[in-house]
Amino acid sequence: MKDLVEIKFTVNGKQAVISVAPGEMLSDVLRYKLGLFGTKIGCNEAECGACTVVIDGQAVLSCNYPAAKANGKNIVTIEGLAEESLKGDTKLHPLQHAFIEHGAVQCGFCIPGQIMTSYALLQKNPAPQVPEIKEALKDTLCRCAGYPSIISAIQAASEQIQGGQDLYIPQIPEARNAGKMVGTVHNRPDAVLKVTGKAIYSDDIQLDGMAHARVKRAMVPAAIVEAIGISKALAIPGVLAILTAADLPFEKNHGLIIKDWPVMVAIGEKVRYVGDALAIVAAETREIASEALLAIEVKLRRIDAVVDPVSAQKAGAPEVHAGGNLLKHIKVRKGDMDEGFQISDVVIENTFFTNPNDHAFLEPECSIARLTPEGRIEIYVGSQIPYDDREQVARVLGVPDERVRIIGQLIGGGFGGKEDIAGQIHAALLAQVTGRPVKLLFDRQESLIVHPKRHATQISVKLGSDLEGNLIAAQTTLFGDTGAYASLGEKVMTRATTHSSGPYEIENVRADCYAMYTNNPPAGAFRGFGVLQSAFAVESMMDTLAQKLEIDPIELRKKNVLKVGSITNTGQLLKESVGLSECIQKVESALKQLAGEYPFLPRQNADHPEMVRAWGFAVAYKNTGLGGGAPDKAGAEIELLIDGIFEVRSASAELGQGLPTVLQLIAAEELKQGLENVRVLLSDTDLTPDGGPTTASRQTYVTGNAVRYAAKTLQQSLISELSECYDISPAEIVFGKGNVQIGSVSWSLADISIKLREDGIIPKVLYTYEAPETKPLGQGGDMHVAFSFAAQAAQVEVNRATGEVSVLHVIAANDVGFAINPLGLKGQVEGGILMGIGHTLTENFILDHGEVVTDRLASYRIPSITYTPEITSFIVEHPTTDGPFGAKGVGEIVLIPTIPAITNAVYNAVGVRVTSLPIDQEIVLREINKQKILV
Amino acid sequence: MTIWKEYLLANSLKQAFQYLESSNHMTCWVAGGTDLMLEVQQGRHTLVDRMVDLNTIPQLGVLEVQGDDLLIGAGVPVSRIATSEIVKEHARAVSEATRLIGGPQVRNVATLGGNVAHALPAADGMISLVAMDAIAIIAQQEGIEEQPILNLFKGPGISSLTKNQIILQFRIKQREKGEGSAFQRIMRPQGVALPILNLAVWVKREDDMVLDIRVAFGPSGPVPSRATSVEETLRGKHLTPAGMDAALAAIATTVNFRTSKNRATAEYRHQIARQLFMKTFSSAWERAGS
Repeated sequence: MKDLVEIKFTVNGKQAVISVAPGEMLSDVLRYKLGLFGTKIGCNEAECGACTVVIDGQAVLSCNYPAAKANGKNIVTIEGLAEESLKGDTKLHPLQHAFIEHGAVQCGFCIPGQIMTSYALLQKNPAPQVPEIKEALKDTLCRCAGYPSIISAIQAASEQIQGGQDLYIPQIPEARNAGKMVGTVHNRPDAVLKVTGKAIYSDDIQLDGMAHARVKRAMVPAAIVEAIGISKALAIPGVLAILTAADLPFEKNHGLIIKDWPVMVAIGEKVRYVGDALAIVAAETREIASEALLAIEVKLRRIDAVVDPVSAQKAGAPEVHAGGNLLKHIKVRKGDMDEGFQISDVVIENTFFTNPNDHAFLEPECSIARLTPEGRIEIYVGSQIPYDDREQVARVLGVPDERVRIIGQLIGGGFGGKEDIAGQIHAALLAQVTGRPVKLLFDRQESLIVHPKRHATQISVKLGSDLEGNLIAAQTTLFGDTGAYASLGEKVMTRATTHSSGPYEIENVRADCYAMYTNNPPAGAFRGFGVLQSAFAVESMMDTLAQKLEIDPIELRKKNVLKVGSITNTGQLLKESVGLSECIQKVESALKQLAGEYPFLPRQNADHPEMVRAWGFAVAYKNTGLGGGAPDKAGAEIELLIDGIFEVRSASAELGQGLPTVLQLIAAEELKQGLENVRVLLSDTDLTPDGGPTTASRQTYVTGNAVRYAAKTLQQSLISELSECYDISPAEIVFGKGNVQIGSVSWSLADISIKLREDGIIPKVLYTYEAPETKPLGQGGDMHVAFSFAAQAAQVEVNRATGEVSVLHVIAANDVGFAINPLGLKGQVEGGILMGIGHTLTENFILDHGEVVTDRLASYRIPSITYTPEITSFIVEHPTTDGPFGAKGVGEIVLIPTIPAITNAVYNAVGVRVTSLPIDQEIVLREINKQKILV
Repeated sequence: MTIWKEYLLANSLKQAFQYLESSNHMTCWVAGGTDLMLEVQQGRHTLVDRMVDLNTIPQLGVLEVQGDDLLIGAGVPVSRIATSEIVKEHARAVSEATRLIGGPQVRNVATLGGNVAHALPAADGMISLVAMDAIAIIAQQEGIEEQPILNLFKGPGISSLTKNQIILQFRIKQREKGEGSAFQRIMRPQGVALPILNLAVWVKREDDMVLDIRVAFGPSGPVPSRATSVEETLRGKHLTPAGMDAALAAIATTVNFRTSKNRATAEYRHQIARQLFMKTFSSAWERAGS
């Protein structure tokens, strides 16, 4: 019996002869033996489609296709689509070109799979209709959810291939007060790399002598570690090192705010959730490391677990941490509740439940650590907070921060899920002990089990109003399941609490939130950051109130919404930039144009009477920036390089949201350049200043401002240097694209850069921007620097015979202050709506007594392209004075109203009030059947 | 971890059986392998030393009408079945079911042979074959034998096929005048990627008389079965509203739906079975009349 089998196949037109090892899949061979890293592994379980290649004309999942079976086959991968001329020019395939121009490329991780699936489709069906595109791409998932843009890109490419004419490029509206650069439509700087498969993500990095790490997880939610035996595992040939908590050199815990999360759980200590690490292994190969995990002998004594936040609060509940299960009691107080409810004509109450959600970014967590010859540790990782990673790694290693360098890589989606430490510390420890580069890649199952989730909540809302619908009092009680470790739980639940009475001005508000530790996976940051949960509750209640008062739900909201001059429930006077009324008006007029005067009435399908349609409506607001008294600052550096390029540097993360374009546009605007003269370098702690965490919809605002001021400062200092140098008035120095006019002479920027350097001047400026000061909750005043606002209407169709719900159309209006990057904004809006639909219909992270039931993408379902509704989007721009060009955050607001708009529509269609997410069609049907209305 | 030691491509039945005989170790036949690979990769399959890939054996690649029968090779990718005009003509239920198996990429590799050999109680393709009364043509070293498809199941995920048997083809009678079939299913958007309920119906009619009918629900027990009591309420009778009510009542009383955690309760399955039956039956009935 031989181990290696030689196979021959054609890949991208070239013959390949490869020795295939037992168990190897085609994706392994393509990636690791042929270096074709464009084929991505998102799940390794034949669910996500990122690994799609075309074999003999058919789209096939290469992660699930035995390499041996490829013998004699003809394979095309993403690297085979573009044509390279002898001169080295790349001629993109029409699909690649269209994906860029239509804004279908965001984080880019799924894009090779999307394009290969589309390529196979067009080979068979050169002019596909939208339903055919949706059917063909049904299993090629995009978590940024650029599905509408993917569909239009495929259609445009198809037309171009068929007709040979120029590619159709959609008209995307510019910002209302667009500048020369900001507010205009531009493609991403990394788009070509992403559509050609040349974009490198962490797992695509191969270093000489690289070892592979894996982590032994507890896999039980609560226990005491009694013994960990590593000798058998260490004896396996190829195992290089195994470490346990006993080997930790310095700090034992990590954590973003509170360091309560053990790097590894020590003998005698508590396991607090299934993902807790007990030991880490480095081996010659991932397979050997995996075998070693099985050989590690662990003795755990199970103890009682606490698995929901309400019982966590009860007396006698098992304590997750010494000191009790309460992470934080968060309070909002305004006015007098007793009086408020007393004078209300109508008081309504209900309780809502939201489930945990997983970010399901398509790129699983991956860290590579390497010891440099100088003894520093370098970590290649896609992280949302590089400087925090550096600090946390350094603390555990017991070295100064400067001994650690985080080199940020492209990130295949984050959404808040790549803020906490994943494998960075473990990889660093193993690199240090083995002296070799170590890669620690999570598989999908590990990703689903380990990283923090969206908080599950229980939210009770009590609203009081007069008969005209003027809100008088709002009382909310929230329980948030923050899981085993603090992560950003306190911050998330604070946001949930302060936003829990909605974007309304109400005299009397009381909110109490209990953020509770449990033995569930930790909960932390996730796009929407708590506000999503409380918006579902309060917006459901607003519709209930409208029904009770027999007022149009839009009218009810109009009566109460925050406006300029309103005081929020935390005591903040809104002085400007409150575009909510305009958002409502935009959605309302589009809605009435589409659906007439009564969009909220159910409409039965004449041919299929069981099918009922209706619209629903909701509004939302979301803070921009950290707020609450936290210093919110970002550094940015700009240097004029000797090739005449301005390089913008900041350790701020690009998760696919389009930050490089935003920063490029801002710098280009200020420096009067085109994009070709501005380059952005992100997330290298040696080379880029701290931009702070990429969270809280803050990067456009905070780092955007840092870049803007850095650019202004650099320009001023260049002018003053040149003015002195050439003895000419500053007024006669004018920057143009790629050049500077000094008096009557035009100099190229490259020449200027070289000249200044010759004079001993480095043309470089570092600027640290500090956002306006905010107040902590409870002190009144400005808790946040700005808020974004949104209104959405959703049309659903409910099947009265099965309870099935589908979303047909969403109308959205978002007040973003100023649309700096309209193409990126389109992606954020579409992706937000799809994620909202996912949270409402498909995503259910199921836990059973602390154990993760949905530990595969096959069971944690994120929306596929088939869920794409028709989307009508309006951008509303009420600028905020301190934002760059008036801009405020957009990343989160886009998905917050989607959920209640859908559930309100379900109520309008069939009279069933959804109080628990996601919508369960079985419960919907049961409630419909209780109504005894015959179809 | 090494998940198998050898992956061999068999080009003929003879070679496949040679591979089987020449090994003392665990050998496993592979058709499309889309489910099998996942089970092996995720450690949910008994250890396998030798994988023998059957896809290139000519008999498994047949898709044609032969005499009175439609023959569907057990190794034909289901995407080919789903788009085949002859399958659409003679076995519409199979055509509809294969269109829904897995996702598009999986369908380019997955096969009906694997779908049946995997023996899950609600596999879409398999349920459609049950309603079409398919005969499995099975090769073993001693020769070829034929088995009604329902004989191939022992329990959930347990096939009655033995190690030395290979399904070559499925044989389905050509469609005659008055015959029609249909397949439909109901999913839920969350949780496990399996249908809550699927259904295939084959019917033979003359005007409004139900001459014959076959009904298969999945999942409706540990092994697939026909809903014979439901069939009996309709067979040999004129189709009337009362007759349809009786059929629906028979579903409620005789079809054995179970509650599966995180997927659906038996109660819900019974509720939606009514609509699923009416829709699927009507579709088959109309086709039978055309």
